[in-house]
Amino acid sequence: MNALLILLGTGLLIGLAIGLVVKFVAGPSDPLLDQVNELMPGANCGACGYPGCAGYAAAMVKQEAKPGACPSMSAESIASICQLLGVSEEKRERKVAVVFCSGDDDKATRQAFYNGVNNCRDAMQVAAGAKTCTYGCLGLGACARACPFGAIEITAKHLAVVHPELCRACGKCVQTCPKKLIRLVPASAPIHVFCSSPEKGALKRAACKGACIGCRKCSKEAQENQIRMNGFLAVVNYADPPAAEVAAVCPTGALRGNIPGGKAVVRQEEESNA
Amino acid sequence: MPEVFRFYGGVHPKQEKLARGAAIESAPLLERYTVPLQMHIGAPAKLLVQKDSKILRGQLLAEPGGFVSAPIHSPTSGTIKEVSTCLGVTGTQWPAVIIESDGEDKAADPLPPIADWQNADPEILKKRIAEAGIVGMGGASFPTHVKLSPPPDKPIDTLIINGVECEPCLTADHRLMLESPEQIIKGILIVARILGVKNIFLGIEKNKQDAVEVMMEKAKGTEIRVCPLEVRYPQGAEKQLIYALTKRKVPSGGLPMAIGCVVQNIASTCAIANAVIDGIPLYERVTTVTGTPLVSPGNWHFRVGTLYEDAVRLAGGVKEEPAKIISGGPMMGMSVYSLQIPITKNCSGILLLSPQEVSQYQSKSCIRCGRCNDTCPMQLMPGILSIQIENERFELAETWHVLDCMECGCCSYVCPAGRPLVQHMRRAKTEVIARRQAAAAKKNS
Repeated sequence: MNALLILLGTGLLIGLAIGLVVKFVAGPSDPLLDQVNELMPGANCGACGYPGCAGYAAAMVKQEAKPGACPSMSAESIASICQLLGVSEEKRERKVAVVFCSGDDDKATRQAFYNGVNNCRDAMQVAAGAKTCTYGCLGLGACARACPFGAIEITAKHLAVVHPELCRACGKCVQTCPKKLIRLVPASAPIHVFCSSPEKGALKRAACKGACIGCRKCSKEAQENQIRMNGFLAVVNYADPPAAEVAAVCPTGALRGNIPGGKAVVRQEEESNA
Repeated sequence: MPEVFRFYGGVHPKQEKLARGAAIESAPLLERYTVPLQMHIGAPAKLLVQKDSKILRGQLLAEPGGFVSAPIHSPTSGTIKEVSTCLGVTGTQWPAVIIESDGEDKAADPLPPIADWQNADPEILKKRIAEAGIVGMGGASFPTHVKLSPPPDKPIDTLIINGVECEPCLTADHRLMLESPEQIIKGILIVARILGVKNIFLGIEKNKQDAVEVMMEKAKGTEIRVCPLEVRYPQGAEKQLIYALTKRKVPSGGLPMAIGCVVQNIASTCAIANAVIDGIPLYERVTTVTGTPLVSPGNWHFRVGTLYEDAVRLAGGVKEEPAKIISGGPMMGMSVYSLQIPITKNCSGILLLSPQEVSQYQSKSCIRCGRCNDTCPMQLMPGILSIQIENERFELAETWHVLDCMECGCCSYVCPAGRPLVQHMRRAKTEVIARRQAAAAKKNS
């Protein structure tokens, strides 16, 4: 009983002391800064280049940074911040991350059994992963763990998939992917080539049923320069993206739309806790 | 009874040296060789030949791309079929040339032999070693001429020759010592002449008593001191061997030359003697092909660019499907998934393991038993480091000297929780080095 009282008493005393110090010692707060801070997304992803949301907010208030460098912020928040700070708003295109690979367990073959650390970057240290296609997604979830917004799902068939409605284009996954499979592309582009292997068509086909085999059907179907051939790999020209209907001609399904709607699966840590 | 030397930590794995009795044989000529263009640490070699050009054995295929680099010579005579890529032990594609042999194996004019090497100018000897493309053949493949060019402020007083071969299963260096001791002794004396040292140790583990006796016999009348070492892995690691023989410690992040030592591998000294006395560049090495799934494990003189597949065929093929293929020894070798990989200058062994020998387990949490700390020859704390690395705290790992880890695998070997400690260290080393390079690039720009 005594112990409990002592503990409670100490807690109260320290709490009081902290409260007093905050009240009398801390300097006056900047109401403008507080307002801007309220509007920040609070993900602290660091994509703006500042140490967290508070750092970026302070820089904006000091007029050192412009609103809009934060890829995670909603358009309304940017507009409100611009209004608060009295600066004009710059229009920017919304981007999303796309994992350019189709090789899930059904499509891509494996040539080894990997039983090491459950992280793509670790698996890279062991003969660059177990997949036959050396360019393909390892599906061990380094990008999903790096994503502050839970926008990347590792499907049950071990392929990383970005849910575009949750992606805020912070670019963390782009830096994390050891196979360099993730790029930020305009969200308005309806279809993408989900393959990154520059190998010859037959080789790719043997390693993965979902690969782009370089048949050029799509580049003929689309308008000029909408899809370009980079060796044996079709590449969407994001300055002038092709219409969604073009995807129908792809024989392997490598050219397709991003997965529509749906809710991203919870991140792996949360999953293991549940 | 001569003195026996040892170092801190380490383990004693089963030796399993199946091929220790198999004399080195010459591998027959193949129809095709796949020669990678980077078989050394440093700048990639620059290709000198094109597709369809005719080449002779020992002809220069690629010249060094800088000081820390090495040339590459053709393993046989024939035609360049293709300049493309090949699968490397890292699992990535390496630039390579594919040579179609003409079956004649005609030699190009050798480099002029330096018969009077005892009195030759050290600079000429060093130049020859660079021309012959000699690299550290124990595994690291560091260009030998760079190792033999210490800066003037780092005087070298001790030369250590590494005949330890502490990796289980491998027997290539052992057989080489038994079969070409004279050549090795000459090679050692050439290196000693280049460095101008009189203090020469040759370390050999006691499990190779026959090699110790042969080398002691042949080293009589020279300054070479043959030292039998207690059998303990990783005795053949550079820093451990230096400590065992001289009680000097290489500072963290430093090279052996910081404490006046140079370490050379047995196979490299043999290649040096071949290059200097006979003028033969390095295009051939002794490699052990071993493992229980093989019909007849053995040691062969393989030309560089021989595919693992051909090496395994030479060893009689397999009795049973191997579960694991390792390039190198079982402790430090790289796991590979294909036999379409060429033998490089630093490939000391090809090891196949049967399904019974490969255990599958799920790694568990660290139980803080501390056995990894006791066993780490670099005196790091692998268990605690691995927990930090799992949480991607690489700055902390850097301050805790993760870069001193040489990936010997002792910690993983003793860990009762089956933690993939070496894989964690390897990841952290890559990340720390990448960060350092990024920081340096930022500073320069």
